[in-house]
Amino acid sequence: MQSSTATASFESPPIDTVGVEERVARLCSRSIKKDAKLQALHLTLSMIDLTTLEGADSEGKVRQLCAKALQLHAALPDLPHVAAVCVYPALVGVAKRTLKGSGINVASVATSFPAGQAPVEIKLLEVRRAVEAGADEVDMVISRGRFLAGDFAYTADEIASVKEACGDAHLKVILETGELGTLDAVRRASDLAMRSGADFIKTSTGKIKPAATMPVVLVMLEAIRDHYLRTGEKIGMKPAGGISTAKDAIRHLVMVRETLGQDWLDPDLYRFGASSLANDVLRQIVKQGSGIYQSFDDFSM
Amino acid sequence: MTKSTQTTGPAAPKLRLGGGDGWGYAPAPESTDHVELRGRYGLFIDGEFVDAKGGRTFETANPATEEKIADVALASDADVDAAVAAARRAYDEVWSQLAPRERGKYVYRIARVLQERSRELAITESLDGGKPIRESRDVDIPLAAAHFFYYAGWADKLDYAFPGRDARPLGVAGQVIPWNFPLLMAAWKIAPAIAAGNTVVLKPAETTPLTALKLAEIIRDAGVPPGVVNIVTGAGETGAAVVQHEDVDKVAFTGSTEVGKLIRRALAGSGKHYTLELGGKAANLVFEDAAVDQAVEGIVNGIFFNQGHVCCAGSRLLVQESVAEEVISKLKDRMETLIVGDPLDKNTDIGAINSRAQLDKIEEYLEIGEAEGAEPFQTSCPVPERGYWCRPTLFLRASQSHRVVQEEIFGPVLAVQTFRTVDEGIAMANNTPYGLSGGVWSDKGAKAFRVTSRIRAGVLWANTYNKFDPTAPFGGYKESGIGREGGLAGLHAYLQPEAAA
Repeated sequence: MQSSTATASFESPPIDTVGVEERVARLCSRSIKKDAKLQALHLTLSMIDLTTLEGADSEGKVRQLCAKALQLHAALPDLPHVAAVCVYPALVGVAKRTLKGSGINVASVATSFPAGQAPVEIKLLEVRRAVEAGADEVDMVISRGRFLAGDFAYTADEIASVKEACGDAHLKVILETGELGTLDAVRRASDLAMRSGADFIKTSTGKIKPAATMPVVLVMLEAIRDHYLRTGEKIGMKPAGGISTAKDAIRHLVMVRETLGQDWLDPDLYRFGASSLANDVLRQIVKQGSGIYQSFDDFSM
Repeated sequence: MTKSTQTTGPAAPKLRLGGGDGWGYAPAPESTDHVELRGRYGLFIDGEFVDAKGGRTFETANPATEEKIADVALASDADVDAAVAAARRAYDEVWSQLAPRERGKYVYRIARVLQERSRELAITESLDGGKPIRESRDVDIPLAAAHFFYYAGWADKLDYAFPGRDARPLGVAGQVIPWNFPLLMAAWKIAPAIAAGNTVVLKPAETTPLTALKLAEIIRDAGVPPGVVNIVTGAGETGAAVVQHEDVDKVAFTGSTEVGKLIRRALAGSGKHYTLELGGKAANLVFEDAAVDQAVEGIVNGIFFNQGHVCCAGSRLLVQESVAEEVISKLKDRMETLIVGDPLDKNTDIGAINSRAQLDKIEEYLEIGEAEGAEPFQTSCPVPERGYWCRPTLFLRASQSHRVVQEEIFGPVLAVQTFRTVDEGIAMANNTPYGLSGGVWSDKGAKAFRVTSRIRAGVLWANTYNKFDPTAPFGGYKESGIGREGGLAGLHAYLQPEAAA
């Protein structure tokens, strides 16, 4: 259990769920058209962490994904590249080799993803191995069981240990908000992660629903904003899971713009964790040019 | 917030919000193609559009462009006389004889056509009055339809609404409405009146007559018997003629306290029933235990909704000293993201000020506030060259003795004050001649209920603001008015008092 002295640093402001939902509804009423839309679509592509996290993932599957990252759509040569490819630790090596020299990062989930139910030593070993294999970014999961039991100090210490094990690799901390139950808990977990060394905070593993809902993301963005205003430190944000359409992505960008401002409209500070988003964005980009929607079969898997 | 870290680094952290460089929103204007507006509108009397006797007209303009939209008939005393006569005849011969169920059917029909023509009505409302299309589309028009639906349901159930009474209508109602929610106010007035069996003569505001005239078309097309609803357009003199007409049984007025006082004097001893919904200067109290980001959103909705042209606007922010710095700083950041401009653009947050006269009044208060020693803050949002505009404005360090705290500005101008204790906050909230509405922000349920029960105002919101519903009564204490509209109370105001049963 947490010590009484530690409790003070785990305080977070209250969140009013109804108010958050209303704010989100209002943000969703923004209408993004023409040039603004095209710009947003390009920005979205550059923020994608192209992800495969399946038990069946193999080197062949990862090579396919990396090839897609390197060439999103042959017919459109001037597209930005995605930010990263996100895989399991055992597949970091092949991803790294395939993406060499491309400027695309390799991110690895670690810490006994997605449940995180393993001894700390094993989690740290997994992180170190992923980094040794060349991971530029590590996506860890917090211990939701300990967090929900009120053991905030444990959760924070674990994040700090993982951060240390990451070395130069960037740390994204997955809160798995679908298991946290309330927006108050989302806020508390966000604050705790940022204070413990997170470079990014991330909503979800993608294995639990609901995942990156807009109210959850808004609360996390507000936590990032408050942390920045207090410390001057810019923490990144990564919604993951459930964002599969260009329209959803643009709504997220609107929310970022009006909560954190222009600085965060940058792949260094904002990412989308997604597997099917890229093709919907590509389809929209093609449509902006031609006025016609193409079949999904015209876009590679 | 800890101050030390903010003052150490080279520059205090600052968010790059709002316009300027980076990604912005392209214009997204609502198309006006399918909206039919005539160049000339007559008075709606006895089921027909007619010119004013003598043919006088006035212009209604688009406040965002200052361009004329249409010439509208200016009703004289003789026209009002004709309208009241039509309403009396319709009441005596048709409406009061009709089975309540049939009456209800007409009211339902109006509600349905309002919904069907909602897009056209929303665009017309924004063109004529300057309010952002987001609001006319999402608030004004749906709520107007909801009022007709709600009161339609009561038409054949009046005996259940007021058990043990023989619920009878009053007769002819004379109704005068303001320019801030033109169609919605028409709905607030007409729906309960006709559902309860009265007939009406309604006078819309001179700067915003168009949606009321479109409503007249809808009422005609819905087959409502001629004379049940009459709409006479004009300015103050026309309104006075409606209110003072000797064959009007009930007066319903929404507008300024100044005019409300004149009406009350004029009605003294006349035996007419009346309800007055007047000005306000509502306090929005933010306590230190509030969810700050959601409170900031509520402050913004409270004062910047409809350019602040809202009688129940939260135009006084009272924030507890311990969180004042954080709340004000976040409020300023949020205000930077508000977009002022073309009311028809779907991204516009704050549209045009309704008229030149209203803009003059607001600007006068901006000067008064500064002269009184309050500290002004305005956002950097660009505004169009033509039209009437006012950037969202704060008056920081305002005091109870300042006119910008005591008087209704009716614009996007928020007076900001701080308080130390709960009791002081309540005392400041109540220290006003008005008493229409108020808001309380606290994460503690018990505190929210206790504080709201101690604020002398007709409508109190806790952890939200500017929420309207046809089932909820609305009205003021003190100089904010007499009587209630909305809900059963609103229906009651159009029925004979107890003794008549």
